[in-house]
Amino acid sequence: MRILVIEDDLEAQRYLVQGLKESGHVVDEAADGETGLNLALSRPYDVAIIDRMLPKKDGLHVVAEMREHGNATPVLFLSALSEVDDRVKGLKAGGDDYLAKPYAFVELLARVDALVRRRSPVGVKTRLDVGDLELDLLTRAAKRSGTQIELQPREFRLLEYLMRHAGQVVTRTMLLESVWEYHFDPQTNVIDVHISRLRAKIDKGFAAPLLHTVRGAGYMIRAN
Amino acid sequence: MRTGQLLRTQAFRIVLVYVMLFAFSVAALLGFTYWNTRRTLDGQTDQIIEADATGLAEQYQHLGIQGLAETVRSRALHAGQALYLLSDGQRRATLAGNLDSWPQIAIAPGDYVEFYYERPVDGKLETRRARGRIFPLQGDFILLVAQDVHDRYLTERMFTTTLPWTVGLILLLGLGGGALMSRNMLRRVDAINRTSGEIIAGDLTRRVPVSGSGDEFDTLAENLNRMLDRIERLMKGLREVTDSVAHDLRTPLNRLRNRLEESAARLTAQGADAGEIERAMAETDQLIGTFNALLLIAETDAGTTRAAMTALDLSSVAADVAELYEPLAEERDITLVLLPGSAAIEGNRSLIAQALANLVDNAIKYTPPGGQVSIAVSAGEAGADLTVRDSGPGIAAADKPRVVERFVRLEASRNSPGTGLGLSLVAAVAHFHQAELVLEDNVPSGLKATLRFPRRALRTPPLKNAAE
Repeated sequence: MRILVIEDDLEAQRYLVQGLKESGHVVDEAADGETGLNLALSRPYDVAIIDRMLPKKDGLHVVAEMREHGNATPVLFLSALSEVDDRVKGLKAGGDDYLAKPYAFVELLARVDALVRRRSPVGVKTRLDVGDLELDLLTRAAKRSGTQIELQPREFRLLEYLMRHAGQVVTRTMLLESVWEYHFDPQTNVIDVHISRLRAKIDKGFAAPLLHTVRGAGYMIRAN
Repeated sequence: MRTGQLLRTQAFRIVLVYVMLFAFSVAALLGFTYWNTRRTLDGQTDQIIEADATGLAEQYQHLGIQGLAETVRSRALHAGQALYLLSDGQRRATLAGNLDSWPQIAIAPGDYVEFYYERPVDGKLETRRARGRIFPLQGDFILLVAQDVHDRYLTERMFTTTLPWTVGLILLLGLGGGALMSRNMLRRVDAINRTSGEIIAGDLTRRVPVSGSGDEFDTLAENLNRMLDRIERLMKGLREVTDSVAHDLRTPLNRLRNRLEESAARLTAQGADAGEIERAMAETDQLIGTFNALLLIAETDAGTTRAAMTALDLSSVAADVAELYEPLAEERDITLVLLPGSAAIEGNRSLIAQALANLVDNAIKYTPPGGQVSIAVSAGEAGADLTVRDSGPGIAAADKPRVVERFVRLEASRNSPGTGLGLSLVAAVAHFHQAELVLEDNVPSGLKATLRFPRRALRTPPLKNAAE
């Protein structure tokens, strides 16, 4: 993937670029808003990671101008600003996701993957499959190896989100934001308990588990 | 209500006092003029009577009663305003004069008195007023010398009947003007109050309207606006400081976490144990969490968050949070109950959900296995309540006010995870919604934490809850 990173904190930029390159991406970087905007408009990128506070041109303006020029590259905002209103501002300006600093690199990577995946939908799916687990989005039924699995509405949404991102790391924060629409971290990690419930329903009694815990990052559903 | 408010205004009170003073002054001034004019007019009349009487007295001395009667008769013929009556001491026989009979009043000799008499004017008999004096004469005769003062009397009567009307009119116009003035003032004070209310609610961009007339209200408004500009600048400064603190401190924290993550990844790749580094990462995450919570509390408390207020039902927030925490409660063998009830309010969903999550989180944390945690929503006359009850140990009365303070953690909970900011955030969210966080003892045991939203937060007038 070609990724554009606009970040004025050079240390953070170095870390980000290095991490992305190690993950196999092609990365261009800029340290201010104007240079970044020029890059964004002159080359095609799969995703742009943009800091909110930038010299010369604010991150919000960079994205607004990108959108004005018809550039639809998915944008992930990075910000040290607290979330409550800034998230809304960022998304309104045309950003596609918002990540508050400090963040874990795996969180960023997971979100970048999710953004790119979202951009290229393979038609409208009515059925999701991972191994022998299938999820019918129309009848809202889940089956594993032909056996019906009873799911609560929220469990269904949780499983749907995981299966839409099959093979990708999904973090707890991403789940909380997408499945519960909460933008805060609960004091106790309640997501883990929901996951273990779901795991009991889809993996219990089967030889090959599908729902995996990715240590220090989150969860991933995949068939081996 | 509106009239009562009008009457209570300072402007109206001032006007009332001034109007009364003015009415009193007018009454006094007119009264004095009346009294003085009358005194002067009476004095002139009395002088004429005196002179007349003196002349007649001389006639009597020189010519006797016959001569006097003659003179009176001749004077009475072309008397003008003068009136005469000469009679014997018992006032029975009239000797001379242009009055038909003695007036119907007892007259003490020597005093000036006023009386009515009848006189034909334009063929009609008219009752007129006169002023005169009785002179007793030697030889048991009495003489009445008087002047017709009917014109003066009419003027005087006009004066006395007009005076109360004048005063009444002054009072009426004054009060009307006062009401108008105070309504005007009230309107402008209301505008200032309304603006203040909006500013208290957190909208610091509001300004007091200036009418442009340059009066003292405008001066006040301009001064208030200048003050608000300054406060806004200060708040903005504070916000910028917070933001840059957040930026400046969170960036190194970010790097620290990144380095730890890199090291952990490297160690794991080399097959070494990265446990120590992962624990350091967890500590960093805790620090970051505390930091985020502090910033959120500060922003929520200051009301500078532009967190959108929307119409929401507390029961749906409660249902969501209950759903989120239900598996956790079950895992710890705690029954989490959502009681029926509903309350439509105006609020920020995310903040309320976070506050409720903190309350439920705490309740589950401190309730022993086998216990119960319940969430209830109710709307009543006083407002809406969002209540979380648990069957844990509760909080000692002395500690209740302390637990909402930042970083306060009671001895008993020192060893459980948490930042010590959970309840502070709940309190900040309550404050943001002008609600109240009430901590009480639950019956029979445990803690009862209530977020009490004020009546004005309600979207619709409360319906009688069928469950109650």
